[in-house]
Amino acid sequence: MPIIIREPADWDPFRELEQLQRQMDRLFRQSFGGRFPWRVGVYPLVNISEDRDYVYVRAELPGVKPENLEIHIRDKNLVIRGERKIMGEEKDVNFHRRERESGFFRRVLTLPTPVNPDNVEATCKDGILTIKIAKPEEIKPRQIKVASA
Amino acid sequence: MEEKELQPKVKEEVPAKGERVRPGRIFVPAVDIYETAEALVLVADMPGVSGDRVSLDLKDSHLIISGEISQPMGEGETLLSQEYQVGDYYREFHLGEMIDKNRIEAFMSDGVLKLTLPKAEKAKPRKIEVKTG
Repeated sequence: MPIIIREPADWDPFRELEQLQRQMDRLFRQSFGGRFPWRVGVYPLVNISEDRDYVYVRAELPGVKPENLEIHIRDKNLVIRGERKIMGEEKDVNFHRRERESGFFRRVLTLPTPVNPDNVEATCKDGILTIKIAKPEEIKPRQIKVASA
Repeated sequence: MEEKELQPKVKEEVPAKGERVRPGRIFVPAVDIYETAEALVLVADMPGVSGDRVSLDLKDSHLIISGEISQPMGEGETLLSQEYQVGDYYREFHLGEMIDKNRIEAFMSDGVLKLTLPKAEKAKPRKIEVKTG
């Protein structure tokens, strides 16, 4: 299981990072005439989904070990950081193709709905990281009974 | 050591070839291929594919690797935002070396396939001694 760290309430670097990310994006867009085709976002790319009780954040991280992953959550802000190491980098080999990359990554994202940061589960399976975050009771849809008069 | 930051890549789709029974997209997995004195090693990123859903096919010197992903989302989930596409994987290779088919090893872990293709005896480099007399 990756480590999940809850930050103390008075510390908030996430908003700043997020702002910086947005400013950088804007700068890139301006300097390249609104188009920056090879920039598709920040690694890792994530898909976000929801059901009635949870929000799910998924990322493809093939070959990344859970011990090399660190996940932080505070309010609606989620940070995924880690390192991807590539095996088989022995000296005595002759590479024909090298398409896989290794390195560090850090992704800061704001969740689309309010969440309960005390109820988070993260799992890695077949190279896919799934972070399952509970929604607080007050935003869950409620069924309203219709009383007959 | 200098910190290298990873950049995201958009997955490359396999050009359509015939029709498939299974719906969905097919992508080209990123691979590393390296050669040692004994074998050719192929490492492929196939996130979402478990070990029992990989298939390997080697005919003569033609190698096909493919992998089917398991259900990417749980029942009753709706997508809020999507940055990457999900789908199966497929890639073909033409091997220049002679491979000893009986000793091929495949290992799948954390969505990464590692295929060791041992070279056939006659393809191994041999040192030829020059005799002087």
